[in-house]
Amino acid sequence: MSEREIVIRVRNLVKKFGNFTANDNLCFDVYKGEVFGFLGANGAGKTTAIRILCGLMAPTSGEISVAGFDIYRETEKIKRHIGYMSQKFSLYEDLTVYENIRFYGGIYGLRRKEIAKRADALLVRLGFSEVRNSLIKSLPLGWKQKLAFSIAILHRPDIVFLDEPTGGVDPITRRQFWDMIYESASEGLTVFVTTHYMDEAEYCDRVSIMADGRIEALDTPLNLIKYYNASTMDEVFVKIARPVQQL
Amino acid sequence: MRTIGFFIQKEFLQIFRNRSMLPMIFMVPIIQLLVLTYAVTYEMKGIRIHISDADFSSTSGQLTGKFTGSPFFVVTSTGTTHEEAEQALHLGKADMALNIPEGFERGIMRSESPQVELLYNAVNANVAGLSSAYTSSLIADFQGNMIADLMGGMQGSIIPVADITYSYWYNQEMDYKLFMAPGILVMLVTSIGLFLTGMNIVREKEMGTIEQINVTPVKKYQFIVGKLSPFLIIGLGELAFGMLIARLMFGVPFMGSIWLIFLFAALYMLVLLGMGLIISTLTNTQQQAMLLSWFFLVIFIMMSGLFTPVESMPDWAQWIDRFNPLTYFIRVIRLVMLKGSGWDEVKDQFYIIGAYGVVMISVAVMRYRKVG
Repeated sequence: MSEREIVIRVRNLVKKFGNFTANDNLCFDVYKGEVFGFLGANGAGKTTAIRILCGLMAPTSGEISVAGFDIYRETEKIKRHIGYMSQKFSLYEDLTVYENIRFYGGIYGLRRKEIAKRADALLVRLGFSEVRNSLIKSLPLGWKQKLAFSIAILHRPDIVFLDEPTGGVDPITRRQFWDMIYESASEGLTVFVTTHYMDEAEYCDRVSIMADGRIEALDTPLNLIKYYNASTMDEVFVKIARPVQQL
Repeated sequence: MRTIGFFIQKEFLQIFRNRSMLPMIFMVPIIQLLVLTYAVTYEMKGIRIHISDADFSSTSGQLTGKFTGSPFFVVTSTGTTHEEAEQALHLGKADMALNIPEGFERGIMRSESPQVELLYNAVNANVAGLSSAYTSSLIADFQGNMIADLMGGMQGSIIPVADITYSYWYNQEMDYKLFMAPGILVMLVTSIGLFLTGMNIVREKEMGTIEQINVTPVKKYQFIVGKLSPFLIIGLGELAFGMLIARLMFGVPFMGSIWLIFLFAALYMLVLLGMGLIISTLTNTQQQAMLLSWFFLVIFIMMSGLFTPVESMPDWAQWIDRFNPLTYFIRVIRLVMLKGSGWDEVKDQFYIIGAYGVVMISVAVMRYRKVG
């Protein structure tokens, strides 16, 4: 955090779908190694923004660089340096744990030997060695989510984008999931995460809160609580997001 | 290249792990070949005929004998009048009726052209047409014999008579099974290629895994080659398996080069895989993909010349049929397997299907996008 190296730089990002403006002039920076929370009510435009940053969708206008690469010209380079885990579950249910690791490792260009090495380390760290050859569909949701996160960072990206990674998971597993996030961030990984859980927002180094396609607030959770004269992030969120939800 | 390898490995794992997949790949061809090859036939046996003979002569007896002795006809009733013949058709007791009027033999002796009356139940035009064709050949045969007998009797010398003999080339016993089996093989390969490809890619959309693939550095061509080549392999494997069955069950001959067939099949699969991919870009669920594939498949099959000859379709239909890949493959597989045609005879079809494949794959690649 001290060197403040910028890894995501967004200036005047606009995304329109016909007359509807999903992202209205977003500007923000994300620093290397921080856990950046991206908050907002449903329909506020979070997922659109995260999809643009990942190169899944083209912006209407704006200057954006991710991991030092330009989003228009160097999309494929960006893809080598980022990981992505979506709210929609992204592992192959009909493949085993190891087959999923091998496939994703393989399409990121890792050698088979390297994949085997990293897979072993990953399975040991998660305590999943005994389910190595089980089909994904036989695993509980919390396990799948931990595995999906580990696979999303298997190729050691600079930044990982997590789109509501803990949806539908019990509090204990969520806690463990956040331990994993912290551990990776401490190793220099930048984490860009969207969430609905306000307790999770408090774990972030900085959070931005979106409403109606705009970023309404961006600061550390503590500063936001002070500024909005609230006692929890939950209150902050309600104060900022409420006008939208009444629409 | 290694990326594509990882893709192919994954696809095969998924295909063979799917419990409904293996039966589909191995049972469907056996059942379709067995059922369709036997069931779909233009060959007719046991046409029910009523014979009214008012002449009671040995000549009319000879003509009647032609029908009773033929494997294609079963004489269900006999009589003497035109009314009885009509009645048999009305009551549905016979598919056709032959009415020999009085004075038939006398007419022949006088070298006049005596008339016989033939009545057909043409509710099923196909049956009527075929019955008529069979009957004409029997009567022509009978006339030939008569003329020979008369000439011989009158002049007491041997006069050479033109004797018509039929030989059916390339399928000598006129065995419809030999004709149908290759076409059904094509149908099999087509349904596998079209359905499986489209549904497979749409399935990744449904599950959301396609999004995960799209954020990776996988290139478009790697994804497409990795996705399509397993189905190319399965399609060709299916063709080989089907050919083996056709050979063992029906003794379908392989007069020409098998390699020529497989080479054509590979180009043909490109067309289908391209279509499957296009269908997958147009649809969001497996059901939609299935319905859209079904729409094309039915039209392709019905217009392919598998069941009805392309030559007898109206001009506009024949024009549309130029875009039907099945028509080309069915023509080629019949020519090569039954007739033993070589490269020269099928090269036009090769060029057409090759160009078709290139166009389809290009359109598919253009339509498939990583970025929304």
